[in-house]
Amino acid sequence: MLDDFLVRGVLAGLGVALAAGPLGCFIVWRRMAYFGDATSHAALLGVALALALSVPVFASVLAVALLLAVAVSQLAARGFPVDTLLGVFAHGGLAIGLVVVALMGGVRVDLMAILLGDILAVTRSDLAVIWGGAVLVIALLAWRWSGLLTATLNADLAQASGIDPRREQLILTLALALVVAVALKVVGALLISAMLIVPAATVRPFATSPEWMAVLAALAGMASALAGLALSYQLDAPAGPTIVAVATGAFAVAAAAASRRD
Amino acid sequence: MPLIEAKDLSVSRGGRPVLRHVDLAVERGEIVTIVGPNGSGKSTLLQALIGALKPDEGRVTRVPGLRIGYVPQSLHIDATMPMPVGRFLRLPHAHDALSRTRAMSTVGLEPDVEAQQMTALSGGQFQRVLLARAILMEPDLLVLDEATRGLDQPGTAAFYKIVEEVRQALDCGVLMVSHDLHVVMSASDRVICLNGHVCCHGTPETVASAPEYRALFGFGTQGTLALYRHAHDHVHDDDHSHDPRGGCE
Repeated sequence: MLDDFLVRGVLAGLGVALAAGPLGCFIVWRRMAYFGDATSHAALLGVALALALSVPVFASVLAVALLLAVAVSQLAARGFPVDTLLGVFAHGGLAIGLVVVALMGGVRVDLMAILLGDILAVTRSDLAVIWGGAVLVIALLAWRWSGLLTATLNADLAQASGIDPRREQLILTLALALVVAVALKVVGALLISAMLIVPAATVRPFATSPEWMAVLAALAGMASALAGLALSYQLDAPAGPTIVAVATGAFAVAAAAASRRD
Repeated sequence: MPLIEAKDLSVSRGGRPVLRHVDLAVERGEIVTIVGPNGSGKSTLLQALIGALKPDEGRVTRVPGLRIGYVPQSLHIDATMPMPVGRFLRLPHAHDALSRTRAMSTVGLEPDVEAQQMTALSGGQFQRVLLARAILMEPDLLVLDEATRGLDQPGTAAFYKIVEEVRQALDCGVLMVSHDLHVVMSASDRVICLNGHVCCHGTPETVASAPEYRALFGFGTQGTLALYRHAHDHVHDDDHSHDPRGGCE
């Protein structure tokens, strides 16, 4: 069954959506959308470095994403506004990554695949990395769920309950870096944060508790991945953008339904 | 041994000293209230006590395993986060339905409020839910940071009556920051007047016997301003020693 590239593509899409949905809820709740953007754009720099240094792409992207998070929090502590920092890092990472890739003239790099994903080229070992990463992210969120929620609600409230909000922030950063690293192949560097934010935003009007919202976001993301892949196959359109387009369509329908209900 | 004790605590924020050489201790079973003008470091002091801020100097000692029930000054719940009351009460630790109902009835809320979203509550209900959550933690020390902000006078009075009942029931210490001076006089065992440093402390009677406070009686709500003016007007001498019995200087 795994010999079929379509089946592998579907499984890859489902794996990414499963992890991105619940994590995306935290990104939305904490207003970290630009953080997700910066991390995923900087992933291109990770790919470029992996090619230049001949190290595995997954490890390189993970390292760059974590370095970015550390750099942003260090500079923010020195008084730089966070949105400015994220703007600098998002586009700086993208630009430097593009330059490095272009300079590696000898290596044939499919730039479009990095930027937009290449879900139908997912191999068995890619699939193992994607599902391994997805399960790790879900396990991380489930393990720290209560602390993450409390710290997201109010840092002082968490601190008084014996929860270190900085540690919870670090765990979210780690989970974000993992999702970016596993999603790169599926939706590409430009569209990863859409997989985080769009499903969470879509299900918000129908969720009555944080747990429900996380489950619904995972389901909405997975449904978008399935429908998007099917549509891209029909239209012969690139898979990653089609998945995000379908997810955005679902958001529009959900928002309309919610405003009609109120 | 006090539940929590700050010794010679100094904290600065953004290079500006906010607290200078503050000493403070709360014993089990007593209600200690901190009053002071805006910007006097009241919230900073609470944050340093709960461990959210690292002091530059001095230290905070807690009884080992001290459980703190914290009611923040304001809690903004982002509109993107669905949070029913019943779920909020179980953050970060699970509590069974019976103890949740008990805590809700202690703060004067019906059990069916649990199904409502936090964002749909009135100001008074919201503060009561915050208090119910703090009670559920079975705290040794209840810390309230201007917990009645935005409540009207009867609402404030009712809120502090509940705090008094909780102190009785749990035999916990209570440390609160308050703007409601009539509450300071009626419900506190000790009052600490803070203005960057402890400029005045003692029993409510000691504080009340200060001429500044006498002037405060009979002026109604203007009394609040009178006390703050006293805090602003005198020249602070950082090296002065405090009378152990307290008093306003």
